[in-house]
Amino acid sequence: MASPGVMREFEAPDLATLRCLIANDDPALGEALAGKGVQVAVDQAIVRADAPLAARSEVAFLPPMSGG
Amino acid sequence: MTVRLQTEAFDPGALLTVFSAGRSATGGIVSFTGIARADLGDGTVLELEAYPGFTEAEIGKIADEAVGRFALHDVFVIHRIGRITPGEAIVFVATAAAHRREAFEAADFLMDYLKSRAPFWKKQHGPGGAEWIEPMDRDRSDVARWD
Repeated sequence: MASPGVMREFEAPDLATLRCLIANDDPALGEALAGKGVQVAVDQAIVRADAPLAARSEVAFLPPMSGG
Repeated sequence: MTVRLQTEAFDPGALLTVFSAGRSATGGIVSFTGIARADLGDGTVLELEAYPGFTEAEIGKIADEAVGRFALHDVFVIHRIGRITPGEAIVFVATAAAHRREAFEAADFLMDYLKSRAPFWKKQHGPGGAEWIEPMDRDRSDVARWD
């Protein structure tokens, strides 16, 4: 998992497009983000399917959680 | 209700003293302290990551659920993030209720959630390097008890 400080900016109207852009840029990362157990949060709310992205949306790809 | 994440060490006893003060309707206060173990030997270091804002909010939702489900007067959750060495307190949970049964069950409920479903990512550093940690099977079955 990338360290929590790693942030990148993309222009994408929705999550599916964002995934394509990431995969084009870094195929291994694209594959990892599509992996089992990876959840997605848009503006700090988990989304379960494709989602539209507003201007300046924050998208977080969350690996399987450990618990504390 | 308090939900707090911090990198600094905390004193569970001091927190419990403050939490317990000034209550008259509360009959039972239960607290739990989770402590880092040296699973990989003395040099073990735990590293806990959170998603700032999101992790606190998600824990807050479960704390709200605990208040409703167990009729709590108050709840306190504090969790370390960052690097933690063996023997240090990682998490402190305290619950206050009119009677002891609800205070005990709420603390159990919150800890089961924190150990298996809370948005933390835990890495263990040992002599052989670092590895990401997943909840134990027992954590998963423990939290399923409440569903």
